[in-house]
Amino acid sequence: MEAFTKFKSIGIPIDIANCDTDAIVPARLLRQPRSHPDYDKFLFHDLRFNADGSEKPDFIFNKAPYRDGKIIVADVNWGCGSSRENAVYVLVANGIRAVIAPSIADIHYNNCMKHGVLPVILSREDCDTLRKHMHEAPGEEIEVDLEKQTVTALNGTTFKFDIGPFDKHRMLNGVDDIGMTLRFDDDISAFEKDRRDYAWM
Amino acid sequence: MAGQTLFEKIWNRHVVTEKHGQTLLYIDRHLLHDGSFGAFERLRENSLKVRRPDQTFATPDHYTPTHTASLDDLADPRAKEIASAIKGNCEEFGITVFPWGDRRQGIAHVVGPEQGITLPGLTMVCGDSHTSTHGALGCIAFGIGSSEVTHVLATQTLWQRRPKTMRINIDGKLGFGVTGKDVIIAIIRQIGAAGGTGYAIEYAGSAIRDLSMEGRLTICNMTIEAGSRCGMVAPDDKTIAYIKGRPFAPGGEKWDAAEKFWRSLPSDDDAVFDTEVHVDGSAIAPMVTWGNSPQDAVQVTERLPDPDQEGDTDRKAAMVAAYEYMGLKPGTPVSEIPVDKVFIGACTNARIEDLRAAAAVAKGRKAKVPTLVVPGSGLVKAQAEAEGLDKIFIEAGFEWRLQGCSMCVGMNGDTLKPGERSASTSNRNFRGRQGPDSRTHLVSPAMAAAAAVNGHFTDVRSMMEDA
Repeated sequence: MEAFTKFKSIGIPIDIANCDTDAIVPARLLRQPRSHPDYDKFLFHDLRFNADGSEKPDFIFNKAPYRDGKIIVADVNWGCGSSRENAVYVLVANGIRAVIAPSIADIHYNNCMKHGVLPVILSREDCDTLRKHMHEAPGEEIEVDLEKQTVTALNGTTFKFDIGPFDKHRMLNGVDDIGMTLRFDDDISAFEKDRRDYAWM
Repeated sequence: MAGQTLFEKIWNRHVVTEKHGQTLLYIDRHLLHDGSFGAFERLRENSLKVRRPDQTFATPDHYTPTHTASLDDLADPRAKEIASAIKGNCEEFGITVFPWGDRRQGIAHVVGPEQGITLPGLTMVCGDSHTSTHGALGCIAFGIGSSEVTHVLATQTLWQRRPKTMRINIDGKLGFGVTGKDVIIAIIRQIGAAGGTGYAIEYAGSAIRDLSMEGRLTICNMTIEAGSRCGMVAPDDKTIAYIKGRPFAPGGEKWDAAEKFWRSLPSDDDAVFDTEVHVDGSAIAPMVTWGNSPQDAVQVTERLPDPDQEGDTDRKAAMVAAYEYMGLKPGTPVSEIPVDKVFIGACTNARIEDLRAAAAVAKGRKAKVPTLVVPGSGLVKAQAEAEGLDKIFIEAGFEWRLQGCSMCVGMNGDTLKPGERSASTSNRNFRGRQGPDSRTHLVSPAMAAAAAVNGHFTDVRSMMEDA
């Protein structure tokens, strides 16, 4: 997994409350392999494209300079709904490295952690401020610093965010989960041998 | 010391180790479905083995057809490939599989409880968000992503943050014609689509105790639509009677030990939850969702809400956008909303009790719009046919289909056309969920059948024989 330390990019405001993973990538596209030549186009597919494949010009991701953005600033309950990890694959396919939102659905949060996409929780007021600013100053860059746990935007205004020490370590070092867990193999075996309440299983 | 919650009693017994605030949690049972194909690819790429094939079970459901017994008839050859691949993948790794053609095959969340794979006190995962369903039997069950599926296959564990606990107490007697579906939609309307984020929820109170296992499964199923990955109900006599004799449930002396353990699991009287919510069960009526989030819901007797009455500006904007997408106007009585298609099925409502409820309304009436009835498993289908429900549906002009996820998510080709409006017993009314530009309204099976025979939403209580 690609490590995340510090990252700076144009911010893309997505003003959709409860933006679900069906909106991030429709179910009918889940059968396609990540090697598909148009995989990047699957992100927000039905919000971005008409049935004939032409772009919907009003959708923010189709507008310059936002289409070059690599940090999403979202609204409440980003990534709710289906557990599909494809909703992170399509972010990765577009080079998106961080999603900032007032709340991120639990399963999607964990899925982001597996692919070096940093989920950042800021208050609803701060996210509203950021999105408003990005509409008013298109192309404004945002910097996310994981070591310091800060988001910097709006001419140097800094917002602090929380992240668990385990997740922070994993992201900073690009740790592969399975490789790490296999080092606990003896603990798992010991656990399996001593399950007094579960002898009936 | 305060007592323990149901959740804590199970969680604490599955801690392998703890590091930096996260728990390496042992997983007792893992369900796979056809959409899990990527995990097998990653196992092979990394030369990994399945640690506990004996604790892993699989069934195809998302991509399987409902109109034909032959996978060759699927319009998309890739769907056929995915629906069939699970058999070979599972055989290669020694995993128990109920493949297409096996009468036990069906929706993973219907098959687990039906086979006795789902049991109280377990930890259970599946690469599908509706894994919350299984918690109705008193276990910790939650949905995971594909990387986590691979992780569980390789290690039988997961690194997890321990969620906070919430108890939702539904007291009072549910009214005539009010089902588990109506209860959970009413709860989501009350706490919001992100109300449960970061929590494991226990449903308690007299209304839950009075509900059937099917009703509890429906409530736990839609826990994820309230933002929580994990919903649970404490095991009681109903749970234990439901499990007894199921193929993968313990038998003989093991049964006695299991039952004794299961009866020790309910939350202690002095257990403390991080949050408590109270819901008046007697005030719930049949529910209909109108927007693109399950929290956008009203009682069938109400009119659609007015965004101008909404104080929160973001919420107001979301309502306006939902009205535009759904092609509806504020103030419209729910009973004046016409439907184009009806779907009765999905892991929410495709169990035998759901089909009985729909058949009771369909009996002696005729569908005004195309209506699909899709049982949750081959065994549910067989049971329904043994009871003659299939004949009632066919007589009423409903289509009696084969088991699977079907039009809940449309991955097998069962979809709405752009602009079409459904009454659906599934769990998500998201934009495009049932096909591009589809418009979904979530309802109970009886309410769906009522919409089918009237061509518009109807308070089904007026069509039911009062007991």
